[in-house]
Amino acid sequence: METITPAGQLFQYLITGITVGSIYAMVAVGFNIIYNVTEIINFAQGEFVMLGGLVMVSLHVGMGLPLIAAFPATMIIVTLVGMLLDRLAISPIRRPTVLSLIIATIAASILLKGTAMFIWGKDPYDLPAFSGRNPITFLGAVIQPQYFWVIGFLIITVIVLTLFFEKTILGKAMSACADNPDAASLVGINVKQMILLSFALSAAIGAVAGIVVTPISLMEYDRGAMLAVKGFGAAVLGGLGSFPGAVIGGLILGAIESLGAGLISSGYKDAFALIVLMFVLFYKPSGIFGDIEVSKIKRF
Amino acid sequence: MKLRRIVIFTTVCLFSLGFLVSPALAFKVGAVFSVTGRTSFLGDPEKKTAVMVAEQINAAGGINGEKLELIVYDSEGDATKANLAVKKLITQDKVSVVIGPSLSGTSMAVVPLAAKYKTPLISCAASYKITWDKEKGTARKWVFKTPQTDTMAVDAIYSALKQKGISKIAIMSVTSGFGASGRGELIRLAPEYGMTIMADEKYGPKDTDMTVQLTKIKGLAPKAIVNWSVGPTQVVVLRNWRDLGMKSIPFYQSHGFGSRKNIELAAGAAEGVFCPLGAVNIAELLTPYDTQYAVAQRYLKDYKAKYNEPLSSFGGHAWDALHMAAQALASVGDDKAKIRDYLENNIKGFVGQHGVFFYSPDDHIGLDKAAFRMVVVRDGDWALAD
Amino acid sequence: MLRIGKLPISTFAFLIIIFPWVAHQIPGIEHYTDVMVFAGIYSLITIGLSLLMGYAGQISVGHAAFYGIGAYVSGILTARYGLNPWICMLAGISVAGAVALIVGAPCLKLKGHYLAMATLAFGIIIFIVFNEEAEWTGGPDGMSGIPGLSIFGFDFDSVEKYFYLVWGFVFAAFVFSVNIIQSGAGRALRAIHSSETAANAMGVNVSGYKVLVFVYSAVLASLAGSLYAHYLNFINPATFDLFFSIKLLIMIALGGMHNLWGAVIGAGIITFLNYEWLHYFEEFEVIVYGAILLVVVIFFPDGLAGIPDMLKKRLGKH
Repeated sequence: METITPAGQLFQYLITGITVGSIYAMVAVGFNIIYNVTEIINFAQGEFVMLGGLVMVSLHVGMGLPLIAAFPATMIIVTLVGMLLDRLAISPIRRPTVLSLIIATIAASILLKGTAMFIWGKDPYDLPAFSGRNPITFLGAVIQPQYFWVIGFLIITVIVLTLFFEKTILGKAMSACADNPDAASLVGINVKQMILLSFALSAAIGAVAGIVVTPISLMEYDRGAMLAVKGFGAAVLGGLGSFPGAVIGGLILGAIESLGAGLISSGYKDAFALIVLMFVLFYKPSGIFGDIEVSKIKRF
Repeated sequence: MKLRRIVIFTTVCLFSLGFLVSPALAFKVGAVFSVTGRTSFLGDPEKKTAVMVAEQINAAGGINGEKLELIVYDSEGDATKANLAVKKLITQDKVSVVIGPSLSGTSMAVVPLAAKYKTPLISCAASYKITWDKEKGTARKWVFKTPQTDTMAVDAIYSALKQKGISKIAIMSVTSGFGASGRGELIRLAPEYGMTIMADEKYGPKDTDMTVQLTKIKGLAPKAIVNWSVGPTQVVVLRNWRDLGMKSIPFYQSHGFGSRKNIELAAGAAEGVFCPLGAVNIAELLTPYDTQYAVAQRYLKDYKAKYNEPLSSFGGHAWDALHMAAQALASVGDDKAKIRDYLENNIKGFVGQHGVFFYSPDDHIGLDKAAFRMVVVRDGDWALAD
Repeated sequence: MLRIGKLPISTFAFLIIIFPWVAHQIPGIEHYTDVMVFAGIYSLITIGLSLLMGYAGQISVGHAAFYGIGAYVSGILTARYGLNPWICMLAGISVAGAVALIVGAPCLKLKGHYLAMATLAFGIIIFIVFNEEAEWTGGPDGMSGIPGLSIFGFDFDSVEKYFYLVWGFVFAAFVFSVNIIQSGAGRALRAIHSSETAANAMGVNVSGYKVLVFVYSAVLASLAGSLYAHYLNFINPATFDLFFSIKLLIMIALGGMHNLWGAVIGAGIITFLNYEWLHYFEEFEVIVYGAILLVVVIFFPDGLAGIPDMLKKRLGKH
């Protein structure tokens, strides 16, 4: 075995941190889409990721569909689940308050987790890596090919979403709902449909995250909660509602965890990331790219 | 008037119901396993096994002609729930003996109850602390256990390493009760075997990647890696180990790796990995001359036939516990103190799934390191390591 | 607004007193007294949390940490150093209060979801400390050998005795909290909840009051933790994880956060669902639990304690 240089080690920590961070970022982007339209934090976001992974396993491994067909099919199925979530759990709430919406999404996540346990059981599942498992050596660090897929999909997602929200009528209509739902409905935007759309979009993105991460980390029914917490942390660190913020927040969290584990203590790695997060918030209460005005509106 | 009569009638009914719940017509055994929740990989096979064993005993005519009634509660791996469940089993269901809980944490949460209510408890969890009272320096009077301890697993691994002349090792563990307990024993026994621990890395039970920890270890170039975890992380860590090109550093897993499912999930990365396992894991590899050959073969066959899923070694702990409890009930009846005495004095050479048990007043674990055999993954299946 | 009269309070006391006797009369539910001990321990936390969330309008997703601090301070000082449990309980309260003061002051400047994240992060950090500092806490395996409670030679060594001890504390905390709400401090809190800016303009020391309530709720949680540790004689970190913090939120939402009764009702019902009733659904347990929560959130926005008011309004309309 060739030895590894300290520089190589450092590079390896960074690469791994960026990959793990990309997943957090993708979950955070999902949080932001719904937050931007509704100001709801959807704690079932992690369950979309879990479902993405497990549905893909069933379609690709179980039923033998080719990757190229199973990928969109999985996205569609999880998107439908996301829409169902809005219709069954969010829109029927009579007098929505921040707490009741948080509890509703938590209840939904419990339901999804329970259903997933019922369908797939409690064992973890594996998915073949998209382009094999032969690692690439680069500057002394070893990179799994799947890492590129994770980072690549994050970049594609962010570009597509930015274009969608800034260039298309539909995207602009969705942003309008967040700024002022009353005004939006006055100019003829169907706010309810926009909310439904936001759940659909964010479920689809969650599914993508689940599909690309399963070949690295396996997937089982109860992984959603931890992903939701990390993704929420990334979204808050970057500033709720900001897509660049979500990406930066996710990458920073991933990098701190990875470097903290490598250089200081692996037992405390999650704590390092959270301590940094808390200090950023104390210094800048609306996250890195967050709007201070927006952060002041909501109360419980 | 009518209403009052109904109220009186119902009250009388309810009270008489209390008297009707008559003393046991059957031998009652209580069980608490983490059937659902994060540690269901332990409790689920344990429950299935216990239910199967109880059915088999009853189908064969019960215990001295009496039925064996098994009452199972789910602790979900939660200490509070386990505590409540055991109290309910003892005070309300009036069981004569309790088997389980599945985890060291949940077991420690109910250990005081066994003494308080003078009820024998046969735990299905690993830690030696469950049966050993450190302050008094004696075995806990009412508590027994069936699984091998982490100490035995560490003994087995360190012996194997020493034989190969390896002394510089790196250890990795998951930050759960299972990992922490193994890590503690790895560190405690290292001097005894002349092991130098060069790295002591940890990861969370839901972590997605352990490349960082392994990279750090790679830089220190130890002669072997010992990993202590359960669940998906023990598979992911193997893949990272392979991807980082570290296959020249031998990898030792704990006994938690004892399921063929893990070999399959590792997608080839498990080749050459060592781990210490009980006879139950490798029933197919035993020779007919092996003491445990018959029980292991029968359990494997029955379990597959009933549940149509691969056997998990953890179920074997429940098999051992329930069979010992049944044997005690058959010999001394349902008197709790007599059952305890029987377990302590008469379980000598009980052939179970995880070893041959010898309990004594000082030893409520009943096994030694011979209960583990070193196994290596070869061609996608277990093989005995020499 | 909340007016708690003599009648409901004495009914509450009466129910507490007769509960163990009633449970003992009905076969099949004798062990409900045992479950109620835990419901009481959780009620102590939710009463404080209800004051913080329902009255001061501040969320916390990290109260499991204070619960854990109480339990571990009690556990470590009694089991390792053999100190008197009651003194350790006070020590736990002081530590939890001090930590709440240090963390609360900067945290409570945050709003809404940012506050939720900060408290959540705090909870996870403390949880990691419980796991990692094994020299003190015993690590993930937990620590045992925590003694039971006794006072002047009277041992709280049976389920019934401990029930009365815990519910005695709950009753005291309840009455004390009602008094807070009905005092000037309570009016200040409500002012903060409806508009911080307005409250500030009227000369209410907004941040001071918020931190004060945060500390009060932490103290109650710590007390609950000590009671838990001495009842189980064992603690492990998993009891104080993120999911427990979320469970507390669920209790508050289910019971109704604008009503102190809601805190007790929510704690009671969730405790019984989790420890007793859902057991019958076996495999479907998780699904049923999620469905129940969803139904309550959708149809009873003010929680179960809000149902009487809701009915009154309905009937009034007709």
